[in-house]
Amino acid sequence: MEVLPKWVDTVVIPLIGVLISLLFSGVIILLIGENPIDALSLMITGALGSTYGWGYTLYYATNFIFTGLAVSVAFHARMFNIGGEGQAAIGGLGVAIVCLSFGWTHWLPALLAATLGAAVFGALWAAIPAYLQGKYGSHIVITTIMFNFIGASLLNYLLVNVMRPTGSMDPATQKFPEATSLPTLHDILEPIGISFSKAGPANISFLIALIACVLVWIFIWHTRLGYQLRAYGHSESAAKYAGIKPFKIIMVSMLISGALAGMMATNNVMGEAERLIMNSTEGAGFIGIAVALMGRSHPLGVLLAALLFGFLYQGGAELAMWTTIPRELIVVIQALVILFTGALENMVRAPLNWLWLKSRRGVS
Amino acid sequence: MDFMVLIQVLDSALRLAVPLLFCSLAGLFSERAGIFDIGLEGKILIAAFFSAATASVSGSVWVGLFFGISASMLFSLLHGLASITFRGNQLISGVAINFLAAGITVLIGQSWFKLGGRTPSLSGNARFSEITFPFSDSVSSVPIIGPIYSELLSGHTALAYFAILMVPISWYILFRTRFGLRLRAVGENPAAVDTAGISVVQLRYLAVIICGLLCGLAGAYLATGLAAGFVKDMSAGRGFIALAALIFAKWRPWHVLYATLLFGLLEAISNRFQNIEILGIILPTQLMQALPYILTVIILAGFVGKATPPLAGGVPYIKE
Repeated sequence: MEVLPKWVDTVVIPLIGVLISLLFSGVIILLIGENPIDALSLMITGALGSTYGWGYTLYYATNFIFTGLAVSVAFHARMFNIGGEGQAAIGGLGVAIVCLSFGWTHWLPALLAATLGAAVFGALWAAIPAYLQGKYGSHIVITTIMFNFIGASLLNYLLVNVMRPTGSMDPATQKFPEATSLPTLHDILEPIGISFSKAGPANISFLIALIACVLVWIFIWHTRLGYQLRAYGHSESAAKYAGIKPFKIIMVSMLISGALAGMMATNNVMGEAERLIMNSTEGAGFIGIAVALMGRSHPLGVLLAALLFGFLYQGGAELAMWTTIPRELIVVIQALVILFTGALENMVRAPLNWLWLKSRRGVS
Repeated sequence: MDFMVLIQVLDSALRLAVPLLFCSLAGLFSERAGIFDIGLEGKILIAAFFSAATASVSGSVWVGLFFGISASMLFSLLHGLASITFRGNQLISGVAINFLAAGITVLIGQSWFKLGGRTPSLSGNARFSEITFPFSDSVSSVPIIGPIYSELLSGHTALAYFAILMVPISWYILFRTRFGLRLRAVGENPAAVDTAGISVVQLRYLAVIICGLLCGLAGAYLATGLAAGFVKDMSAGRGFIALAALIFAKWRPWHVLYATLLFGLLEAISNRFQNIEILGIILPTQLMQALPYILTVIILAGFVGKATPPLAGGVPYIKE
């Protein structure tokens, strides 16, 4: 069977998948009695029409870049890390411990330490499922799902029984010290003469996310370990034959994946809430799956997909505010994207394959 | 602990085990045929919504049951389309189904009832009524046996008894019929089944449809038996607990019953008691909630006997 050219595989197929998803979403909006065109234009003005909107869009995108990269790195080693949600939540615990345990005087060292704390905690939460997969062959998908729930229960316990300040009813930690407050995009852009809304929560961790994209790209395609990881992902038996140890690859890919998911907490916990609350991740760990599938596990693709989902999230919030369309619309879109760029990918591919073969025959 | 409290906790454990049991048996059929299903959660949710919504509109719980099962089967067929026909990744398909259900139930619910994703409260014929065993009132005063008969065993809905009955039925179908043998074979070695001239695709679709049917029963029980109506995200992770129970039971029907009863008991205990003190150590309620998952991880790691899934599970079959 003739294969499609690479650009069709990496660009056209995911794009078609996303378009089908949006088309379906439009039909659903029609069915619940709203106008999809109006909805789309409301989403665009709400999410991209002002720096206030951008402040939220980029804030959400930051979360999704981290979780999307997390899923991507694991995908390259053919590991399906579905536990990004739990790893990001436990990463939040790392951030909270770092921020609350030391007398910080400036945000920069606090951010560096918190990033490290988040990464270590996230990686630790991925380490147990990875170890069990590597040593005992326990299916990583099942164990990471279980660890999402175990993590949620653990945080629930810690927030209610241990970390809650005395006298507070709210299951959350106390507010982080003032000095750990991260500069928002408003603070960053003001000195260079760009006025940006103060209200949006997008902050400096967006830049960390961008750096993470570059580092992941270098790691996957320009290091020996990254090469081994991809080799293992392509063919386990060939990789073994070449002397690559499966246990090492499983551990490395999952530790990096968990660390990336955990690092999301610098954005939502340190940058936005400035304290650790219950369910701080709000499903961002799962959106990472859609982002990675759509972005074809490439950092550039992940970045673009994360921006799209950031737009959908902020746009969806605007829709919920101004129309009768509930926020859950974005959950549906997310599901459709996972379906059409992931599970039903072959359905999109088959007609393209056929067209390609037909056009090739026509030429020769 | 008081004897009556014990009976009440066990009674509640039984009620909570029913949706897990249906759902776990659903997973059993699917996974034994080689189709991994992490979309059980989504199927319970969509069935719960449609059964409650149609029961509330029609006033009949049986209409609700029909539409609940239909919705769940439709989602099953979607999973089949992705994982059997188009040989996509079964796990990714399952994730998509879970989110699709989570989103679409609220979207449709809000559009139909304008109650923020809830359905109206069900009452009367729109709910499954409890079946009282004969002489239940007269024997309830007999010590020990009386409460067990009239409180614990009597007074459940028809679906609950059917769930228990489904255990021997599933066992019989899977292990004593030709269909069951073929179904299990297709989960272990589909190429051999294909060589014998039996359609792998057809068998796997059948398995997935049975899975949808049983998930539909789980969802209908949840919304029209256990509760009186649908609320947003009401499945609350039960699909994953059922999956855990299935692994815990090592893909065997009778063990599925024991595992789901155990997990139902854990939920009943954590609902009733905030913190439990055993031998001077206080067990927090969160530990009770996490225990099914922790136990499953331990089982998966093979510390207490190895849990080996069907050999061809998760692998799309490509005819040579």
